[in-house]
Amino acid sequence: MEFLETLINGLSIGGTYAMIALGYTMVYGIAKMLNFAHGDVIMVGGYTIYVILAQTGYPFLGLAAAILFCVLLGVAVEKVAYKPLRGASPLAVLITAIGVSYLLQSSAQMIFGSAPKMVTLVHINSINIGALQIEGHVVVTLISSFVIMLLLTLFVKYTKVGRAMIAVSEDKGAAQLMGINSNAIITLTFAIGSALAAVAGFFMLLKSPSLTNTMGAMPGIKAFTAAVIGGIGSIPGAMVGGILIGIIEAFSLKSAAIAPYTNAIEFLILIVILLVRPSGILGKKRREKV
Amino acid sequence: MKNFKLSHYLNYIVIAIVGIVFTLLSFTGNVKSLYLLMLENILIAVLLSVSLSIVVGFLGELSLGHAGFMCVGAYLGGKASVLLEGVLGNTLINVIVSMLIGGIIAAIFGAIIGLPALRLRGDYLAIVTLAFGEIVRSIFMNSSKTSFGGSFGLSTPRYDKDYLFIVGFVVVLICLAVVQNMMRSKHGRAITAIRDSEIAAKATGINVTKYKLIVFTVSSFFAGVAGVLYSFTQYNVQSTNFSYNYSIEILVMVVLGGMGSINGSIIAATLITFLDVKLQTVLTGDLAVLQDFLYAIILIVIVIYNNAPGLKNFREGYNLNVLFDKISSRKNNPANIQDDEASWHRVPSKIQIDEVLSTKIQRDPTASIKPDKEGK
Amino acid sequence: MSNTVLKIENLGITFGGLKAVQHLNLEIKEKQLYGLVGPNGAGKTTVFNMLTGVYKPTEGKFFLNGENLTGKGQEFINHKGIARTFQNIRLFNNMTVIRNVLVGLHYQPEFKCGFFTSMFRLPRHFKVEKAMRERAKEILRIVGLEEERNILSCNLPYGKQRKLEIARALATNPKLLLLDEPAAGMNPQETAELMDIVRHIRDEYNITILLIEHDMKFVSGLCDEVTVLNFGTVLAQGNTKEALNDPEVIKAYIGE
Repeated sequence: MEFLETLINGLSIGGTYAMIALGYTMVYGIAKMLNFAHGDVIMVGGYTIYVILAQTGYPFLGLAAAILFCVLLGVAVEKVAYKPLRGASPLAVLITAIGVSYLLQSSAQMIFGSAPKMVTLVHINSINIGALQIEGHVVVTLISSFVIMLLLTLFVKYTKVGRAMIAVSEDKGAAQLMGINSNAIITLTFAIGSALAAVAGFFMLLKSPSLTNTMGAMPGIKAFTAAVIGGIGSIPGAMVGGILIGIIEAFSLKSAAIAPYTNAIEFLILIVILLVRPSGILGKKRREKV
Repeated sequence: MKNFKLSHYLNYIVIAIVGIVFTLLSFTGNVKSLYLLMLENILIAVLLSVSLSIVVGFLGELSLGHAGFMCVGAYLGGKASVLLEGVLGNTLINVIVSMLIGGIIAAIFGAIIGLPALRLRGDYLAIVTLAFGEIVRSIFMNSSKTSFGGSFGLSTPRYDKDYLFIVGFVVVLICLAVVQNMMRSKHGRAITAIRDSEIAAKATGINVTKYKLIVFTVSSFFAGVAGVLYSFTQYNVQSTNFSYNYSIEILVMVVLGGMGSINGSIIAATLITFLDVKLQTVLTGDLAVLQDFLYAIILIVIVIYNNAPGLKNFREGYNLNVLFDKISSRKNNPANIQDDEASWHRVPSKIQIDEVLSTKIQRDPTASIKPDKEGK
Repeated sequence: MSNTVLKIENLGITFGGLKAVQHLNLEIKEKQLYGLVGPNGAGKTTVFNMLTGVYKPTEGKFFLNGENLTGKGQEFINHKGIARTFQNIRLFNNMTVIRNVLVGLHYQPEFKCGFFTSMFRLPRHFKVEKAMRERAKEILRIVGLEEERNILSCNLPYGKQRKLEIARALATNPKLLLLDEPAAGMNPQETAELMDIVRHIRDEYNITILLIEHDMKFVSGLCDEVTVLNFGTVLAQGNTKEALNDPEVIKAYIGE
């Protein structure tokens, strides 16, 4: 039973990571950049929920506001910081993204201070199935994240815009020649990624109500790890990678001896995967043209 | 000597003079211990930024694990000095031996991290180095109390407050000599060739593997030495100080200084550390973050200014160079630029940060027809 | 009868399921100027990539002066004596012209200078640097870039960038030089100059040259023998005039 509980916990943590990883992987696939600031969008979402919750008392209004605000933020960051650098060296873009991450963290600290804020969203009762006891937030996170992932997959596969996104990620130039507005697609990708990050922020607050300006940093890096493990640029890959990382985390936190090394283990897996199979589990191998 | 170029040795001279001045002041008891601590911090920052700049500025790879190498040095060198204290009677010998131990072990880690660098590029490598730094930190954090102190931190001997900075100056000068001599030789040329085009470098017969390993080893060696030095300035070494945020802070110094410019790195490291210490008393509480906020903005603005393809014309029309020309009405005849100056002084890099400062070189109007780099 | 420099035996490579090049047999004699032509996508650059170790051939072998170099690393192959230029120019953009050539001289035995020799600034370091500079100037003189030696290579006009690539390749002291579309983007006058340079290199330095080119005037003016590739297979081979006038070849270029 304990094994099953841990597994379900892992799936739920994994669902959250997968949502964040999707943002990384989509942006990487389409804009060919590592959006280092993506993790901090989660944090911005968290603070938005906090503010709205304090003002109105409705957590779901907070979620809606967070999604809206994060989308605006994501798009604004893309337009102001990343768009001018399109065509510049990847190193420059990455450093700018690091700058944006720093900017978001320090802005949040200036506005809200460094002391953690407690955000109690909603209390969901635990569910008992026989001897199996699962915490309420785990169930909510698990189900919602899987539904969102399913919707996203359907969106990308079966809508015109979704297919345009795939086209741009395959070959931006060719997609443009086919009449696809690649700038609009990139903006849309940032918007979707940021919305997912806001939702992930909501889930994270459900799990632990403490909110700080660096709450998104570590999950962000872990989610990137997940995206890489799954094969960066691949949407199903991000989901698989996210869930994998979640399960690993749940099981390693369970054992007292390994728990302090949880992060180290996850990063070690990242390094090993990158060395053995840099394209990840589901990623495609890319060859540099000579 | 015929080949003697003062400009090549100017930075040594300046640093040596500053070191001597402070030594004299310290001997006569004219420097407050607060300033000595600041000086120590500046020297550590200079070591870190110069050693990172060879990876980022010259090899063109992004490392986000520099604090990890420093962490290795701080813990192992610090531990070594504790253990050696009883064995070696002389403090100075202990300091030197510990620094070597910390530096060499960090260098071994650097070589190990350099191995993935042979297969991975850009973003992936950045993430691997970041992961490495975090792994190292978590290992030390969870170590037992008797080995490295775990979450209590490692207690280290705080060496002589008054004169430790002299060791720091010597180490900085050695680091500078190693890095500059390396970069001003055929080996440095090979390294910058790898940065500009790895494929072409290989086709030209450059042993890319060897040079990447050399760069990572040298860079992490000095990061390790900086870590050991850091452990000497503290009573207690805490693993939380070596998080990737610190790596990013070092990266900020390198970027602000101008990628591929060693002197720039030195100046930026000095300036940032100085401001850090100075502003600590001014900006207290949550205001302290204002500093990070400003660094973030400066970082973004500088990188965009120097790299945005759309700002190319603007960059060429308005930069410090043009300003200098206006002030001194100096005529910059491209024919007079000696190769050595044009290429070494401010080595332009992938990230042409230092275009702001670089020697103006004639632009051929016909050069605009350039092939698409990524295209076929 | 002069010696065979490059011998290719049944060389082929498959990407995924695509046979990019197959059953390529070639023999190039010393000091020969040999052409590799064919429509776009015929696999010419892929052949170069195999010969320089960028791709590992999936079948067949090739020999340089009798030594099997199949599947060896890029650096190794270069040290053995195959140098190349790139179709899409790959210079060291942030270096001056002369430095590009100096990088090419890096592994020449006479300029050997260990890492620590440079680090400790031993006399040998200065001697070597000076000698390298002299040699680099000499090589730049051959391609006519001596005057521009202190300009950043990215600021050179297109045609000169191509010449600099040749100079850099030449600096590695190759036995076999592979030129990938050396005349692309050049005006007729530059092309004529380039033909002279290529001939000069061959004659003065005893270098065998294999080149890819779309400019048929250039090919027929320089090469005595060619191989025509189409869809990865050899369409015609042998005497330049005959091969280029082969009806199959004309069909491949112009269509039915």
